[in-house]
Amino acid sequence: MTAPDSTIIARRIARELKDGNVVNLGIGMPTLVSNFVPENVHITIQAENGIVGIGPIPEEGKEHRDLINAGGGFITETPGCVYTDTALSFAIIRGGHLDMTVLGALQVDREGSIANWIIPGKFVPGMGGAMDLCAGAGKVVAALKHVDKKGNSKILKKCTLPLTAYRKLNLIVTDMAFIEVTDEGLVLREIAEWTTLEEVVKCTEANLIIPDTIGRFS
Amino acid sequence: MPIQEIIDAKTAAGLVRRGDRIMLPSFLTVGSAPNLIDALVETGTGDLHIICIATDFADRGIGKLVTNKQVRSTQTSHIGTNPSTQEQYTSGDLEIEFIPQGTLIERIRAAGSGLGGILTPVGIGTDIEKGKEIQEVDGERYFLEKPIFADFTFIRAHKADKFGNLIYSKTARNANPVMAMAAKITIAEVDEIVEPGELDPEHIITPGIFVNYLVLHKE
Repeated sequence: MTAPDSTIIARRIARELKDGNVVNLGIGMPTLVSNFVPENVHITIQAENGIVGIGPIPEEGKEHRDLINAGGGFITETPGCVYTDTALSFAIIRGGHLDMTVLGALQVDREGSIANWIIPGKFVPGMGGAMDLCAGAGKVVAALKHVDKKGNSKILKKCTLPLTAYRKLNLIVTDMAFIEVTDEGLVLREIAEWTTLEEVVKCTEANLIIPDTIGRFS
Repeated sequence: MPIQEIIDAKTAAGLVRRGDRIMLPSFLTVGSAPNLIDALVETGTGDLHIICIATDFADRGIGKLVTNKQVRSTQTSHIGTNPSTQEQYTSGDLEIEFIPQGTLIERIRAAGSGLGGILTPVGIGTDIEKGKEIQEVDGERYFLEKPIFADFTFIRAHKADKFGNLIYSKTARNANPVMAMAAKITIAEVDEIVEPGELDPEHIITPGIFVNYLVLHKE
């Protein structure tokens, strides 16, 4: 069985946003989080290519060639937005001025480490700003499918790929589970409506701490 | 401040010698200097060391130099959008030092600011920590990253005055103001050149003291 809707991860992460948060959303699935920000929650989106205050995607024909997000997609300005050079952009990121970042991941593990920048010999995109984001953001959230295409768990005892960050994750949100990273280990807080506790445990290589009460999300 | 010489892109690219180190600001081509890059491709000058945030695309921006086999090595944070960089890296024709984007820009800023390097926590506990000098400051672990200098920087700005003071356009600012500081020769490709005094001093991002030549951008 698979998740009924691929936006389930973005929708669940969006509920973690608090009014006034400044956030950086990684390329791909994390970017979708901005589509599901709860009503009455206003956030400021920062992108490492040098803007604080990203607005929605422009109407066709209204794109500005010099106005993009970190994924290269055209964006608009929000009132009060600011442009920054790359050094200031990463001072914001590294210096603890972001409330949250959401990053895609190839693997995560029980210690809260994340791997997403290289599969040696196969896929070598580079880390871009991901290592900096993990080092500096207030809350670091990994957004990923729970298992790979072959059904292997991506929530591991220990990452086998080179790390993007060692022990920096706060939350792991997948299409099956909402997991909090604690000093004691990974705590299973919620399970997606479409699956079961048994299935989540089966699909998770890392040991999960299972509290008495577990929530549901959809 | 001296009036900066205005030259054409071909003359500018002709200053670059085989083996030179060149900083190329650009974020997926936004903020890159297209006329200067095209002119450098035209020269065919090879064995270059490129310092950039990312190598853009195989046929656009910085990627043109890679595809044209003019690049021997690069210090960069990302090559995922450029298959020609990936191929040359995999085959061993291109050397790459992968550097986290924030560390990369801060090393360049250090070079332009007269600093001996930076202490960063980014990448502690990962492979990039290997071989680096670790220092503990107030109980936190950091490692030393050295400054990155270049022979040339090719800047893309929106407007310059004749002193070389620069203003930028939106997210095309990115690495430009920082890379402008760290090269022996900084050449700025701009849309418009105005008289000193026409730019509001409160709006100028890069002081002309960092700029050596101006090139007027042609579409």
